[in-house]
Formats: sequence, structure tokens, C-alpha cells
Amino acid sequence: MKSKRRPKSNSVKHLSHQLQNAFNSLPVHLSIIVISLIWTLPTVGLLISSLRPKDDLLESGWWMVFQHPFDFTQYQLGNYIDVLTAEGMGQAFLNSFTIAIPATVIPIAIATFAAYAFSWMEFPGRQLLFILVVALLVVPLQMTLIPVLRSYNHLGLSGSFLGVWLAHTGYGMPLGIYLLRNYIGSLPKDLIEAAAVDGASHLTTFTRLIVPLSLPAIASFAVFQFLWVWNDLLVALVYLGGTPDVAPLTMRLTTLVGSRGEAWHLLTAGAFITMIVPLIVFFALQRYFVRGILAGSVKG
Amino acid sequence: MSVFSKILSVIIAVIIGCGGVLGVFYAMNYLANTLPHKWRSRILPWIYLAPALLVLTAYLILPTLNTIYISFLDRRSQNFVGWENYQFAFTSEAMLVAFRNNLLWLVLVTGFSVGFGLILAVLMDKVRYEPLAKSLIFLPMAISFVGASVIWRFVYAFRPAGAAQIGLLNGIITSLGFEPVGWLVERSINNFALIAIMIWLQTGFCLVLLSAAVKGIPKDIIEAARMDGASEVQIFWRITIPMIRSTLAVVTTTVVIMVLKVFDIVFVMTAGNQGTEVIASRMIKEMFNYRDYGRGSAIAVILLLAIVPIMVVNIRRFRQQETSR
Repeated sequence: MKSKRRPKSNSVKHLSHQLQNAFNSLPVHLSIIVISLIWTLPTVGLLISSLRPKDDLLESGWWMVFQHPFDFTQYQLGNYIDVLTAEGMGQAFLNSFTIAIPATVIPIAIATFAAYAFSWMEFPGRQLLFILVVALLVVPLQMTLIPVLRSYNHLGLSGSFLGVWLAHTGYGMPLGIYLLRNYIGSLPKDLIEAAAVDGASHLTTFTRLIVPLSLPAIASFAVFQFLWVWNDLLVALVYLGGTPDVAPLTMRLTTLVGSRGEAWHLLTAGAFITMIVPLIVFFALQRYFVRGILAGSVKG
Repeated sequence: MSVFSKILSVIIAVIIGCGGVLGVFYAMNYLANTLPHKWRSRILPWIYLAPALLVLTAYLILPTLNTIYISFLDRRSQNFVGWENYQFAFTSEAMLVAFRNNLLWLVLVTGFSVGFGLILAVLMDKVRYEPLAKSLIFLPMAISFVGASVIWRFVYAFRPAGAAQIGLLNGIITSLGFEPVGWLVERSINNFALIAIMIWLQTGFCLVLLSAAVKGIPKDIIEAARMDGASEVQIFWRITIPMIRSTLAVVTTTVVIMVLKVFDIVFVMTAGNQGTEVIASRMIKEMFNYRDYGRGSAIAVILLLAIVPIMVVNIRRFRQQETSR
């Protein structure tokens, strides 16, 4: 309003005000930019390294490419081809998918049913059972390794995909039920009651109403679980044993670090291959992922 | 096996794995529907819960109880040895180093990643490119500990003085005229080098949660404080921190739990050598290298005991939340 009456002096004031603001916030911009750079630098370094020829890698630091950044002859894909063909990374890539997809879908299905029961069904001991789930949320999975491994050896499940699927299902269950119950429990009560009045069975309510409405929460748990399974080393190491037939990427990469610690060109490309899928998933579903984290915590 | 048959077998495994579960639910629901109505509504909740309760029991509850029991037996779980494994755990040189390191990890990782996350959350609230900066710092969350370890091997890589350095840190300090440092070998710094990796991984997580909490603070409260002449620092301490206290507690809890369980970074970077062992990596070593299940279990139980207080706080918070619902 004021600016209409006295446009000139005010716009000058405005400009100087803006300048003052920019000057005041310079340290803020500077610190955010510097920290973002520091946080990104290690990954960028690895990406550049993985694209350099083997000999260059051993001779000079990756930052040397910035002497002539647009000289594209200093980049190549040879390391990726080497590691995919020679080091069994191709097989490991498939194994990671075979492990991660069912180990994401199975817990989602089971946790969603359970979360629905905890939210909208009446049964004795409901509160107590749910508190148990909350308590199990923090049990370190290291606690369970020895007994589970022993029963796996008895049942012949060690070294099998089924064993790893079920293990990840068990370990992911508390978080899944917790996140999904928070969400499903907060859906409007009228909606579920109306469905019941219309004569919908629980299964119909569940598949037609709850699942479609809960897709954001389900997606966020899916991202969580997928990243966790894809990035897992411990569970795979313990229950899959050392067989390369079933080893996921993280395990192959670990052996690469151990046995070929000086083969830098294989390590760089190998590490990037393990990261490609989670990075794609992360960027595609980042919004859900963040919302999922928030659903479980900020509320309280 | 050709690539195609491999991919085919992956797809078949995935279909069987995923389809199996849904099949079970539908079959059980069908069976429940054949029951008389009075029984159906009583049994149905348990059908929905059964698979979840089953896996929780099989993978968390029973194994935990079993581990506590095994921790009182000898290395092959044949004879009862009482508190011997715990005595070992609290007196052996290697374990004491692991405890000391874990304490160091706890204090530094929690302090730095929560602190950094909070400061960044407050600062980023003021700039327009917030989403980009946030993604960059959050990005390491998507990377596995193993991948992160390889990334950081390239930061810490060491070549003797005179040779061209290929590690970023040594590249920087040799260009400044200092001697190159063996970051992962020097006992005085290698633990800090590993801890830095975890801070790098966790800060983004803290940032995202805390940033949401900071945005949740009503703007008029902050405006009012500014009108009254409060400085930004005063606003931070007197308004921001008290207003986001509960989120701060959740974030700290989560980070503490993750730090206590950390194992991959140490396992991949140094294999626990040169005094870098932590509790969880020590446990894996007892289990697999020395095949001593008694000691391994005792260490696991100690880990659990360290987490119990957090569990209690969690349950309390949950109950409060439920009553306020």
C-alpha cells in the first residue's frame, strides 16, 4: 500500500534493505554451500575415479581431471565392463534383485494386514500386543543371529533365498507394523464404519478401501525396506554363507575390498554398481521416503 | 546358464515368493468364511495377525530368549558356565577397547550428526535452494555402508611421502606441505576416521526430521520474539530447541540405536584391526572367526541391555501418544 503512495524513496529503501539482507545472510549461504560441497565431494570423487582408466587411477588423484575437465579421452567405461564380467558382479546384481523384491513385498503384505487388525478390529490383548511390537522395534538383530542360524542349519534354509526373505521379513516387521498402523489408524472412522454398514466384509474393506488409501504409507515403507535389504551386509553374510551363487552385491563388493584391496579400478566401478539401484529408487520415491520417516516420529 | 535363463529364474523366484504370501491370506480368509458368523468375527483378527506374529516370534522373540540362554553356555553350547562369558566380556583387553570405541562412536556420531542436522535445518529454512541442498546431504542415506566404505577408502587412501597421492585428504595435506598420514592405520586417528563416515551417513537423516519439526514451529511466535528484540541465537535456544524437543529426542534415539548396532563400516574398512573394534564387530568375530557362540551371545546380550533404556523410553512415549489421541 505504502509503496503506491511514495514509490521512489521506498524502492530505494527496499533495495538497500534487500542488500542488507543479502549481506546478513552471506554467512548462511556460504556455510550451506560449503557443507553441501563437502558432503557431495566423496561420492563425486568415486564417480570420477570409476570413469578413469586403470593406470591413471593409480598415478594421480581424481581431482587431476579438472586440469582439463572437457578432455573426454580421460574417461572410459572399461572398469565397469571389467568388474561386471570378471568378478561375478553381474550374477550378484541379479541375486540382489532376487533377494530384495520378495523381501520387500512379503513384509508389506503381512504388515499391512496386521496394521489393519491393530487399527480397526476388536480383539483381546490388542494394546499389549502392539506395545510388544513397539518394544521389538529396537531389538538389535545381532541378538538373533546365532539361534536363527542354528535352526536354519537344521532346516536346510541357510544359503537359500527363502531363508533370507523370511529373515528380512521378520526384521522389517516391527517398523512396518508401526509405520502402517500410525497411518491406517488415522484414517477417518466414518469411512470404515460406512463400509461395514454397507455390508462389506473385512477383506473387501481392506482391499478396496484401506490399501488404496494407504498407498503413500505403503510406498514409504517399501522404500525403507527395499533400501535396507538392498544395502544389507550382515543378514546376507550370516545366512547366505560364502557361496557366490546367491551372494548379493554388498557381499561381492566386500570380498572385492578384502581380496583385491589394491585393484582400485574394480572397487570404484563395483561400488557404483551397488549404488545405482538404491539411488534411482531414492530419487524416484524420495518424497514418500521422507514422509514415511516423518510419520513415525515427528507426530510424537 | 545363459543370462536370460538367469533372469527368468529371478522372475520366477520373485513371483513364487510374493504370490505365496497373498495366497496364504486369501486361503485363510476363505476358510474363515466357512465358519459360523459368531466364530468368524472372533477368529478373523487373528488370521490377519497370524503371519506377523509368527515371523516376529520366530525371528525376534524366541531367538532373543535363546541367545540369552546360550550366553550362559560354553563355546559349543554344551556345558553351563555361568557368568564366565560375561566375565570375559568385561575384562578382556579386546572387549574393553570395543567398549571404549563404542562410547566414542556414541558421543561423537550422535553429537555431530544431530548437532549438524539441527544447525543445517535452521539455516536451510532461510534459503530458497533448500530442496537441492537437503537432497545432497540426505543422499548418503541411500548408499550402503559397504558402498560408503569404498567411497571413503578413496578419501583416506595413503601413499608414502613423495609418491603422488590418490586419496583426497592426503592430496590436500601434502599440497599444503605436510607429510601424508595413514588415516586408517594410525591408532590416534583411525577411530575418528571411521566415525566421520557414520556422521556423513547420518546427518542427512537428522536434517530431514529436524527440518520438518523446525518448519512446524508457528511463524508468529518467532515473529513476536523478533519484535521483542530477540537475537537469532536467542530464538534458537529459547524457542526453536524447546519447541522441537520431542523430535530431537526421537532423532537422538534413532541415531543411538544405529550407532550401537554399527558393524559394516568397521568390518569393511579395517576389519577391526589397529584398535578400531566396536561391540557389534567384536561379536561377529567371536561367532565366525573363533566359533565361540557363548561369548558371541554374551556380547549380543550386552548390546541389548544397552538398548533397553531406549526401549523403555520409547514405550512410555508411545503410551502418552495413545492417551492423547
